[in-house]
Amino acid sequence: MSEIRRPTRGTWAVLAFPLAMLAIFFLAPFAIMVATSFYHRIEGGFYEPAFELASWERLLHGVFIERTLFSIGICLLAGAVCIVIAFPFTYFLTRMRRRSHVALLVLIMSALALSEVIVGFAWTVLLGRSAGISNILVWAGVMNEPAAYQPSFLAVLLGLCYIAFPYCILALYPQLTRLDPELTEAAQTMGASPWRTFWTVVVPIGRPIIMAGFLLAFVFTLGSYLIPAFLGRPEHWTLSVFISDQATFNANVPFAAAMALFLTVLSLGVVGVVTWFEGRTRGVA
Amino acid sequence: MLARGGLRLEGLVKRFGDVEAVAGVHLELPPGQLISFLGPSGCGKTTMLRMIAGLERPTEGRVYLDEQDITDKPPHVRDIGMVFQTLALFPHLTVAGNIGYPMRIRGVPKQDIEARVEELLGLVSLHGLGDRRISQLSGGQRQRVATARALALEPRLFLLDEPLSALDANLREQLQVELRLLQQKLGITTIMVTHDQREAMTMSDLVVVMNQGRIEQIGEPLDVYRRPETPFVASFIGRTNLLRGQVTDGEVRIVGRPFDVDRPVASGPITLSVRPEDAHLQTTTTPERNALPGRVVFVRDLGELFECYVDCGLDEPVVVAGSPRERVEVQQGQPVSVAFPREACVVVAET
Repeated sequence: MSEIRRPTRGTWAVLAFPLAMLAIFFLAPFAIMVATSFYHRIEGGFYEPAFELASWERLLHGVFIERTLFSIGICLLAGAVCIVIAFPFTYFLTRMRRRSHVALLVLIMSALALSEVIVGFAWTVLLGRSAGISNILVWAGVMNEPAAYQPSFLAVLLGLCYIAFPYCILALYPQLTRLDPELTEAAQTMGASPWRTFWTVVVPIGRPIIMAGFLLAFVFTLGSYLIPAFLGRPEHWTLSVFISDQATFNANVPFAAAMALFLTVLSLGVVGVVTWFEGRTRGVA
Repeated sequence: MLARGGLRLEGLVKRFGDVEAVAGVHLELPPGQLISFLGPSGCGKTTMLRMIAGLERPTEGRVYLDEQDITDKPPHVRDIGMVFQTLALFPHLTVAGNIGYPMRIRGVPKQDIEARVEELLGLVSLHGLGDRRISQLSGGQRQRVATARALALEPRLFLLDEPLSALDANLREQLQVELRLLQQKLGITTIMVTHDQREAMTMSDLVVVMNQGRIEQIGEPLDVYRRPETPFVASFIGRTNLLRGQVTDGEVRIVGRPFDVDRPVASGPITLSVRPEDAHLQTTTTPERNALPGRVVFVRDLGELFECYVDCGLDEPVVVAGSPRERVEVQQGQPVSVAFPREACVVVAET
């Protein structure tokens, strides 16, 4: 039985450093952003300290509400696609021989070293008309002339899935390696084929981590602004693109700050709803 | 009804890389009995069980169940029930959900499943616990759920992989009896893997003693105990005194003293096994045949059991054990003799 002890002076000393870092590099900038969202914007230039709700009021315009819903929609979709592919993939990866599965894992993780800019550009080329994959299809005689697959909704979705996929695997991998192989073997001795074992044992037991991976992919793609900007038309842009647009090109920092906060609260809300729903339905099935 | 669940293994070999876990096993097991694979860890007993279950592919050899070759069949079509070492209960399902799982997989109608689950809960004395979560159960209860689940489809073969190893000693002994009674009641062919000789002796009709991927001896538990065929079996099943000596002109000599043994032997080195409870302590210092002089090294009186360690000039002290009622009063350091009755001297190795 471990006893919960009251934190001593030593414990506080150890905690002081990370707490200070958190305060300086997270809380302080966040507080500045909150303040900025109420500042007054000076047309064609900078902004000055003030307290006005102009930026927040602008959010209520139809176009931003519509963009918000679109952003949440496409990112939920990207998260779902990611987890649907990543879960079985990671499961079979962990069932492979150790050496080959580590090699594959390293290969996938190396994609994390690529910056979003490079990934975005690579996909614009691959999906483009002049040097894209359609050229291969033309060469193979499947198509008559090369086509451009971007900018489009599917191109944005594909790009978002590509950047979130390795993170999904990272979230699933530790839990799935720890899944007791005797559980699936037991299912098989009781008459379940490998396929049914996967659906009746692996997926239900993995449900909490499926949810965690899905939420991670959702939140991660929600923050991406380069991929939608590169691979989509303005109607495919997510709120993140507008935030960077307002901050860098329109120089409307208060509005960008308000949008960023709005997005943060919204994504926390979505995470909360999904978690609540997951908790409520667990054990019913 | 024809007895079902007869198993035959022909030349089973399993290699993992360079390691030969099972090294050519031939075995024919009668239906309806409980058979134990007994051996130290790494002797290949679990690998044998897994090959019978279909969870491991034999490198060589065939497995026949009721004269049908099942070597290439995957586990889910083998008609077996298995209790795993970790029990492998599904944490996302209730007790009833776990027990009903194999029936749901086979598409048994829902009301039939419910009735059968109730029946099985009764069989393993878990009435009314169907709605519990696995995490709410004690170790013994979990073991019973795993047993009920494995028996749900009335399989031809019931396989147990160290099924009680997670439990504490008292509970283990109790469940050994329970499991054995259940097996006898159902008459189901059962193969159990264990490293615990007490467990094997408590529960089995037949014991298969394994060592280093090979079968050392097969027999009824008491037979294996009384008449071990190799030094390994003699010392793995229970405790024993191994007496090493020489045979010249048909006479056995241990530390130079003449011995009569249970059967004729050829000339050369010889090893006898004598159980501690078969040896007798004598206060005389001039031993007759089948006895060795020695000195008391240590005396242990456990109340239910009296033990005396005597240095007789062998590699290790000879252990004499008996009930305290037949206790011979001896002191540490006292010169004594240890007698080994002829019928208790089992030859376990000769040239």
